[in-house]
Amino acid sequence: MRALVHRVLPSSVLLRHVLAVLAALVVVVLVLETTSQFRNSQFATMSYYAIAAVGLTVLTGLNGQISLGHGALMAVGAYTTALLLADGAVPFPLAMLAATAVTALVGVVVGAAAARLHGPYLAGATLALAVGVPGLAIYFDGLLGGEQGLRVSSPRPPDWLDDALYFLTANDLTGAKYLAYLGWGTLLLVLLLLANLMAGRYGRVWRAVRDDEVAAELAGLRLGRLRVLAFVVSAACAGLAGSVLAMVVRLAAPSGFTIVLSLSLLTAVVVGGLGSLTGALLGSALLVFLPPAVTNVGTSAGLTGVQAAQLAPFVYGVVLVVVMLVAPGGVMGLVRSWRRRGLRQGGSR
Amino acid sequence: MQQFLNVTLGGLAQGAIYAAFALALVLIWRATRIINFAQGAMAMFTTYLALVLIESGQSYWTGFAVALAGGLVLGALVERVVMRPVEGGPELNAVIVTLGLFVALQALAAILFGATFQSFPAPFGLRGFTVGGTTIAFTPFSVFVIGSVVVVMLGLVALFRFTDLGLRMRASAFSQEVARLLGVRVGRMLTLGWAFAAVVGSLAGLLIAGGNLVHPAYMDAVIVYGFVAAVLGGLESPAGAVAGGLIIGLALSYVSGYLGSELVTLAALAILVAVLLVRPHGLFSRVAERRV
Amino acid sequence: MAEAELEVRALTARYGAVTALDTVSLRARPGEITAVLGANGAGKTTLLRAVSGLVRGSDGSVLLGGRELAGAPAERIARAGVAHVPEGRGVITELTVEENLRLGELLGTTRRKRRRVHRLDGVYEMFPALGQRRRREANSLSGGERQMLVIGRALLSEPEVLLLDEPSLGLAPRVVAQIFTLIRELVDREGLTVLLVEQNARSALSIADTGFVLNLGRVVANDSAAALAADAELRHSYLGF
Repeated sequence: MRALVHRVLPSSVLLRHVLAVLAALVVVVLVLETTSQFRNSQFATMSYYAIAAVGLTVLTGLNGQISLGHGALMAVGAYTTALLLADGAVPFPLAMLAATAVTALVGVVVGAAAARLHGPYLAGATLALAVGVPGLAIYFDGLLGGEQGLRVSSPRPPDWLDDALYFLTANDLTGAKYLAYLGWGTLLLVLLLLANLMAGRYGRVWRAVRDDEVAAELAGLRLGRLRVLAFVVSAACAGLAGSVLAMVVRLAAPSGFTIVLSLSLLTAVVVGGLGSLTGALLGSALLVFLPPAVTNVGTSAGLTGVQAAQLAPFVYGVVLVVVMLVAPGGVMGLVRSWRRRGLRQGGSR
Repeated sequence: MQQFLNVTLGGLAQGAIYAAFALALVLIWRATRIINFAQGAMAMFTTYLALVLIESGQSYWTGFAVALAGGLVLGALVERVVMRPVEGGPELNAVIVTLGLFVALQALAAILFGATFQSFPAPFGLRGFTVGGTTIAFTPFSVFVIGSVVVVMLGLVALFRFTDLGLRMRASAFSQEVARLLGVRVGRMLTLGWAFAAVVGSLAGLLIAGGNLVHPAYMDAVIVYGFVAAVLGGLESPAGAVAGGLIIGLALSYVSGYLGSELVTLAALAILVAVLLVRPHGLFSRVAERRV
Repeated sequence: MAEAELEVRALTARYGAVTALDTVSLRARPGEITAVLGANGAGKTTLLRAVSGLVRGSDGSVLLGGRELAGAPAERIARAGVAHVPEGRGVITELTVEENLRLGELLGTTRRKRRRVHRLDGVYEMFPALGQRRRREANSLSGGERQMLVIGRALLSEPEVLLLDEPSLGLAPRVVAQIFTLIRELVDREGLTVLLVEQNARSALSIADTGFVLNLGRVVANDSAAALAADAELRHSYLGF
């Protein structure tokens, strides 16, 4: 089976990743074209969670650093986007790039401090970041809009794309669908970049640092720099995610970037399995599709709407605890151990 | 001058509360090498218990006592049920479990008690004392805050210094293996340690709430301040935590009074980063080096 | 009085894939010092840790006066009367000298309410150096003083069995001689059962009554101390003197 896979797929890792992304693109088009507008907007939401989560999983899973501040980093990306798109002079792809760059720069500063911390110290410092950053929006309310936040003018689909898609699918391109395409296109690009990064030299050295710092140090790796780099990559993803969020939600406001957002992202990567891109995708799907489900359960059990809305974070918290106690490897960890067991029982080594 | 005095007095009262909260973090850190990020949420939860009782017509003091007792039980339960399996394991796992508890408790409180702001009573007056014709920002309630924190601290000192139980708890915290070889039931000591810490945390929650508005996230910032205070004191030392709490209380009060209350948490972050980078073992530690 | 025999039957302990103890059986009688000898990595320390319950999941049997201890947690075994003085001494350096001793005394009180043999004052009399530093942190003690502290602490716990792991480690010869003499006197006076793990085989055999030699987790020799010390081949291959 393995041999067959190897014969059919190209041997270059890069090429294999490109093929996988193209295949995923086809699936995305099929799914978005065949589902309702409500589902489309759910997929758009999932795309920005996933962009941030894959970035976080690189940091936490691969490099062993925890961050509770990714919600704050998303806020940086979102506010940058909102400011740039405000008067319509800046095209949105440029705003997305700028949001990524600005957040990456913030990531250099945060990462430089974070590189010298570990475990609970890093958790505490990034927690402070998550709790503190929304305060900036209120302090500078002239520029950043205070509690109300900044409205964001989302990009409209260009006519040529509308025409092209109509030609292909006989469907009109709605705003929600366009944003979903935008989000997923960005997500697939990020996945392609990160998959190559992880398969390459940096992925290997990050894992080496995580598994044995002393050995890595003895091997001549510069731990500090590697940690900062991991943080910057991760922060750039969070900034890009914040940019997509701003365009999808059409708003950048402090209430959107509470500590619960940071902890939700952590839930996504822990549940999926730390260090796994696929796991981060699964976890992001959970963040989007679980809340409506449990909210429904809650309202049919007699809770008010406000109460039922809190069931989702409650479930996140319980899931975090249970996963750590029962299956610290997350979903992908379980999948891997099942596969191993299956192979052993099948007798084919 | 008047403002400086008021800001200082306010900072001292707040600092006493942060000191109590930091002390609770240090107690748990010393015993189990875990930072309990759920401590704020636990304190918030027990404070709501008090609020429910008070609103149902019970006295403030009944609510106060029940909240502290609730903290004792909650702390013991948390240690025994969810922390025990991750103690001594990878430090990331323990951090994640406490964060999970944090989110779950906060959401549960919103479901049970509502997500809106509710006002919490204070047992003593909130009007400042009048000194020489001017009213200062030091109230009878501030006296109660500082007094109760001092009482709790003296109680803890007495427990750890002068009782057999305290000696056994300290032995368990410093060296689990040797303590077990000396017949100390270490598991029980850790459970007790978490329980006592949760009582101190609950006290901090009640004192922050007094005369203020509470909502499920009202302790979020306090966990940050308490953590910064504990790190400032070196995380290992109860006395350091108390000093750290007072310093943070004053520093943040000045930031809030002169720059703006929105910047308080970021100021705490700045202090934290500065301390960790310059004196990672805390301001008062004798230890030469520590990995942070 | 201490009158309990310690018997180990077919004790086996593993660290992952490595078998550190392989069906080890031995017997230590009251009023005797039983030496456990062997090279580094022979399994001596693991043996003591398995007896006192620090190594869990071992197979086999550990009987104290006929009572099964195997599988019980370390704190219960300590309360049953087994005092383990671990390698590296087991001083809690953050506590004061007196607090360290008090921990032993607390255990002794729970073990024997009335007929206590040892008292704090007695330990200070036995080791005057400790009395002078009772309020100091144990951190400030020298190696020999630490050894005195842990032996004193073990005695205060009123044990039936004393497990000593490398008490001579890192100490000057004169101090080692002093401590070994003291152990011999205690055993003769109080009928303690002592299991003494040593790399320093010559000194250990000079005070022991019987000895067991371990190699790669198995018992390879068992005889009176005098006979072991006289066996040239054994000395050459396992004991290094």
